[in-house]
Amino acid sequence: MVTLDNRPAASVASRRTSLNRGVRRETIVGWLFVVPALGMYAVFVLLPLLLTILYSFYRWNGVGPMAWVGLKNYVTVFQVPDLIGTIVNAFWLVVWFSFIPVGLGLVVASVIHRVATGRLGEIARTVLFLPQVIPLVAAGIIWGWLLALPGLINQILKAVGLAAFARAWLGDFDWALPAVGMIGIWVLLGFCTVLLLTGMTKVDPALYESARMDGAGWLQEFLAITVPLLRYEIGVCLTVTVIAALAAFDIVYVATAGGPGNSTAVPGIQIYMIAFTQRAVGLASALAVLLMILVVVVIIPIQRLSRESAE
Amino acid sequence: MSKKPVLYSLASLLVLASVLLSACGAPATPAAPPPTEAPTTAAPAAPATTAPTEAPVAAGPSCGTDPVVMNVYFETGFDDIVKLTEEFTKQYPNVTWDIKQDQFANLINETPRVLAGDNPPDIIRLPTFVSFAKQGLLMNLDKYATEFGWNDWPVPLQFARMDADGIRGSGTLYAMGLNYQLTGVFYNKKLAAQIGMTEPPKTVAEFDDLLAKAKAGGLQPIMEWGSAKSGMGLAFPLQQLMAAYGPTQPINDWIFQKKGATIDAPSNLKAAQHLQDWIQKGYFPPDINAIEYTDAAARFGKGEGVFTFNGDWQNAGYDKDMAGNVGFFLMPPAEAGGQPAAMSGPLTYGVAATAKHADCAAFFFNWIGTNDTARQINVQYGGSNPGGPAGASIPSVPAGSVTAETLAGGPKVGTNAMDFIANATSSIFAQGWTPELQKMVGGKQDAAGLLKAVQAEYERELAQQ
Repeated sequence: MVTLDNRPAASVASRRTSLNRGVRRETIVGWLFVVPALGMYAVFVLLPLLLTILYSFYRWNGVGPMAWVGLKNYVTVFQVPDLIGTIVNAFWLVVWFSFIPVGLGLVVASVIHRVATGRLGEIARTVLFLPQVIPLVAAGIIWGWLLALPGLINQILKAVGLAAFARAWLGDFDWALPAVGMIGIWVLLGFCTVLLLTGMTKVDPALYESARMDGAGWLQEFLAITVPLLRYEIGVCLTVTVIAALAAFDIVYVATAGGPGNSTAVPGIQIYMIAFTQRAVGLASALAVLLMILVVVVIIPIQRLSRESAE
Repeated sequence: MSKKPVLYSLASLLVLASVLLSACGAPATPAAPPPTEAPTTAAPAAPATTAPTEAPVAAGPSCGTDPVVMNVYFETGFDDIVKLTEEFTKQYPNVTWDIKQDQFANLINETPRVLAGDNPPDIIRLPTFVSFAKQGLLMNLDKYATEFGWNDWPVPLQFARMDADGIRGSGTLYAMGLNYQLTGVFYNKKLAAQIGMTEPPKTVAEFDDLLAKAKAGGLQPIMEWGSAKSGMGLAFPLQQLMAAYGPTQPINDWIFQKKGATIDAPSNLKAAQHLQDWIQKGYFPPDINAIEYTDAAARFGKGEGVFTFNGDWQNAGYDKDMAGNVGFFLMPPAEAGGQPAAMSGPLTYGVAATAKHADCAAFFFNWIGTNDTARQINVQYGGSNPGGPAGASIPSVPAGSVTAETLAGGPKVGTNAMDFIANATSSIFAQGWTPELQKMVGGKQDAAGLLKAVQAEYERELAQQ
């Protein structure tokens, strides 16, 4: 990607004007490269963000006239049923969408890196990454069938003598959230594994060699070399997956739509319901702004940690 | 470089926010199709009597003779209306159709933008209409009702009317019902015979006995759906029990948002307690909270369940899955001899306030109720009473089909017709009934708590309007 790098401009400041002109042209060309992406970013990201903030101060049904209500929507947000519950659910999803895929991804990537570098490694990577390519809605429907009471997962449980554990996973108050979490792991494990594996290939093999000469086992290598040197990649994985959890919508919506009894409801689902079913766009915007603040508050420490360690 | 993840993360978050909130964006995820919207507006169903007569010749509004392309927006899964447009073009070749269809949830979400957009539909399926009528997005159909004589049709249209205060039930006509759906109890004839049912139960107590026998006989007494994606099907038996234990008017008042109306009434509490009793006795499938509408219909069709609460829109499916083996009865009253009640209402369609071919749309509505072929199509594909003027032809239905039974059920309900409690506000089903009834199934909510929670949600939503 083109970056807005002003280093050349600084280094040629004292040179001749003809060169200066060339640099200026380079800068303009650089900007021209950036403009399409910047335009898209402004139209599809910055503008909706500003509009969302603006809407949050109005009472609006999405079509009719807008009425200014000041901060009232932000007060009303806290009357949304089970709002605290949805936020708690979102943090539970962090465990399933983030901690487990990142932790498991580290182990899997390390195993692939160490024992399966050839064709086997490629196949393993492809299989793990496949869920990223499958449309999530189709995957959600298939998971719904698998997890249903007459579904394959319960049939397997019954076949191996664990009939007592068979249940309607997505309709069970205690198990629906972990079941949604399992779908999340399935989706995000491949992403984390591939990212971490790429990071591992950058680690100097000499480090591993010397560690092995010193008699380090797999676990010691993993803890002393792999994890510390991959802190930056782990930071990226955590950032992306924590956002996927806190701002979750698609996986939850296609799997349970928040049920049973709001036990898998997350803020993203509530925003959708309030905006499009209840048609309270202002209220939904206020909740969206609060969700964004929540995500930023959670993400900044992760960013700071991984940046510090990377430096 | 190290900034990139922050930008990336913010970008993904904001894209989500924009997808969710941009007023011009369509919902990102195709929603599950819950055809559970049942009656949208209700009217006592009374089929035409005898003596087929000629459809009144339209003297007023018509489709003219010049080519007309009707811009229409329908709900996916309703074949009857599409077949009707095809037949209409056969009879009036100058009229062709530009049909757009959407799943129920998407349709609901898109309707305000479609109505307010620069290509307003001439005909649009309207599961709910009050908020759109209040915003001036819908055409006032009163003049057509007068011209075509709709006001005199035996199936009154009062539930498609709204008064100046935004209360449904009387006032200006904003929608037209193309057929009149009816809900009740479907049963598997073989399994019913197995538990000794020789005729439909006459009281709630008799129904209780049958359910107990089914349970004791190792059968699934009632098949019903209950996932949040489909919307909780237990709202059907709950409302039927409410109407068995109390009058229907206060229930309609609540649905129509009359001032001071409450669902937390003593007779409704009795109904909710009865439903809770059914749940605790194991009359519903243990996985009901995860069952989709289509799965429940399919499982009932395969013989799982002696009874199921549903509406006549499912007739064609039941008749196909279990031909000759499916019966229908209205939910019995609490006391023998009482009048049965049911959620029953027209499948409503409206016209955008700025529609280009409103006259033709009204002519089409009238044609559906009065033309013999149209009425036949309406019953064959829609499975419901086609309404229309007194004396209009009675479409023939195959003997032994469940459609014959549901058509016979309508007149017995008469003035005891109700709209559906899930239609009281736009999100009372998703945010009130569905989660609270799911909690009741999970043993986390009782009858009194259910009604209190739903009433609180109702008041919260009304305060937001």
